[in-house]
Amino acid sequence: MDGHVELEAQIGRWRGYLQRRQAIAPADLDELEDHLRGEIAARRSTGLDDDEAFLVAIKRMGNLDAVSREFAREHSDRLWKQLVLVPEERDGESGKGWRELIVVLCLAVGAGLAVKAGILLFGQESVLARNIGLLVIPFPTAYFAWKRRLAARTAGTLLLALAVLAVLLNAYPVVAGGSTELLAIVHAPVLLWMLAGIAYAGGRWRSDGRRMDFVRFTGEIAIYFTLLALGGAVLIGLTFAVLQLVDLDLEPVMEAWILPFAVPGALVVAAWLVEAKQNVVENIAPVLTKVFTPLTLLMLLSMLAVLAASGGPGQVGRELLILMDAILVLVLCLLLYAVSARDSLSPPGLFDGIQLLLVLASIAVDVVMLVAMLSRIAEFGTSPNKIAALGLNLLLLVHLLRSAWLGVGFLRRRRLFAELERWQTRYLPAYGLWALAVVALFPPVFGFR
Amino acid sequence: MHIDKDLVAAAATPLVLGILAEGELYGYAIIKRVGELSDGDLQWTDGMLYPLLHRLERLGYLSSSWGTSEAGRRRKHYAITVTGRQALAERQEQWAVVAETLRQAWRSLEQPPAAAPGWA
Repeated sequence: MDGHVELEAQIGRWRGYLQRRQAIAPADLDELEDHLRGEIAARRSTGLDDDEAFLVAIKRMGNLDAVSREFAREHSDRLWKQLVLVPEERDGESGKGWRELIVVLCLAVGAGLAVKAGILLFGQESVLARNIGLLVIPFPTAYFAWKRRLAARTAGTLLLALAVLAVLLNAYPVVAGGSTELLAIVHAPVLLWMLAGIAYAGGRWRSDGRRMDFVRFTGEIAIYFTLLALGGAVLIGLTFAVLQLVDLDLEPVMEAWILPFAVPGALVVAAWLVEAKQNVVENIAPVLTKVFTPLTLLMLLSMLAVLAASGGPGQVGRELLILMDAILVLVLCLLLYAVSARDSLSPPGLFDGIQLLLVLASIAVDVVMLVAMLSRIAEFGTSPNKIAALGLNLLLLVHLLRSAWLGVGFLRRRRLFAELERWQTRYLPAYGLWALAVVALFPPVFGFR
Repeated sequence: MHIDKDLVAAAATPLVLGILAEGELYGYAIIKRVGELSDGDLQWTDGMLYPLLHRLERLGYLSSSWGTSEAGRRRKHYAITVTGRQALAERQEQWAVVAETLRQAWRSLEQPPAAAPGWA
């Protein structure tokens, strides 16, 4: 296309204009540009000059707002970005951004105050531990309720659920330090996080796309929170060092004020950062999963080897079982995050093979643990801890088996990646229900031990 | 002739699937083919084709691959899959029912209304 400098410049400007739409990916731009050039060439061959051909082609392409809206509707993962960023760009006023920042800071301070009040009110440490999630997680939830303009009914239902959970956690006459109490402490945050997910999805929690967004969000808030924690730790460490030189001890202030405010506050701020600065992490997420998936696979394989060398599943002790459970949950989080970060249209590749291996290795670990648990139950009888672990492992096993099945189908090009994705999101509520069972049913069933 | 845009939208999926059932094509060629088949009566907002193609791909009706155009640019080609052919067969049946129903309903319009028996 030599000698069509002006035309090329016009196409370039048009492309630049489209590029700013969050919903249209660079590959789509190539596709649309190819179309535009096809139309221009066709018009020129009927005798139009460059300018006229370009105008006709643009006109036929349609209203770009409508087209990009249609793209956004189809690619809801991209829409998710657009929902957050476009309103701010569109009205161009800085007041909105400031208002949001003020809301976020108020909620962050509110979370800190709630934790501080909890520390002062609940004398016992275990009572505080039971309620810590209730004190913190409603604040990021409130942020999303505000941000998504949650319907009054949904907000009311969420509040009711929080109240019920508060009663469940505090009304049971649990033995302090008993296993049912410990289990409730571990499982309550899972339930609370699911409630936060409902607010995050703006009440549309049945939508697979929204659930996947929430998985993505969870992974990213973990990253942001870690970054904030690292930065905070460096600052506190330096302050400590300086104050020590002048013989001032920061530790009491740290325990009484800095940590109770900084940690919950950081969670709220991290939630806001994920919302506002999605583009930054989005480029890191696929890289992180690609780095950690093979490493985790190696870790699981070496663990299997160690287990085999140490004399089989029968010899697995209690501490090791708990540790392995934690590792399996972590692997599952990695799997979910990797699935959520993947472009569901790209064809199966090497990484999908590695991911399948990771799932298979997890299944092997899970089966070893189940055998170990069953043999322990046969030997020592049941206990709340064992049943809770058994239930979790069965849940994980079902999740992993079906993921492996769908993963094999995808690698053999018999199935779509979307099916694997859908399975992940459909299965998520099972974990919430299990956590609810552990919090609500275990204490009475096991006599509050 | 102007065709209502809802009608065009409803026909879009079976039309695209039907065109691709004849062979692999890229976006602009699909639009051109629609123009040929309808003698230019079926006017499409060109940009809207692509979200539709992506949706059909996500549903597994189409598969896509990148090639190069004559000018050496990247060009995305679409081909129908087995699932897509099944979907097309279903859509064809549905449209046959719609067309037949419309034909029945409109038959009375074509003939001059006959005097109802008993009204003479």
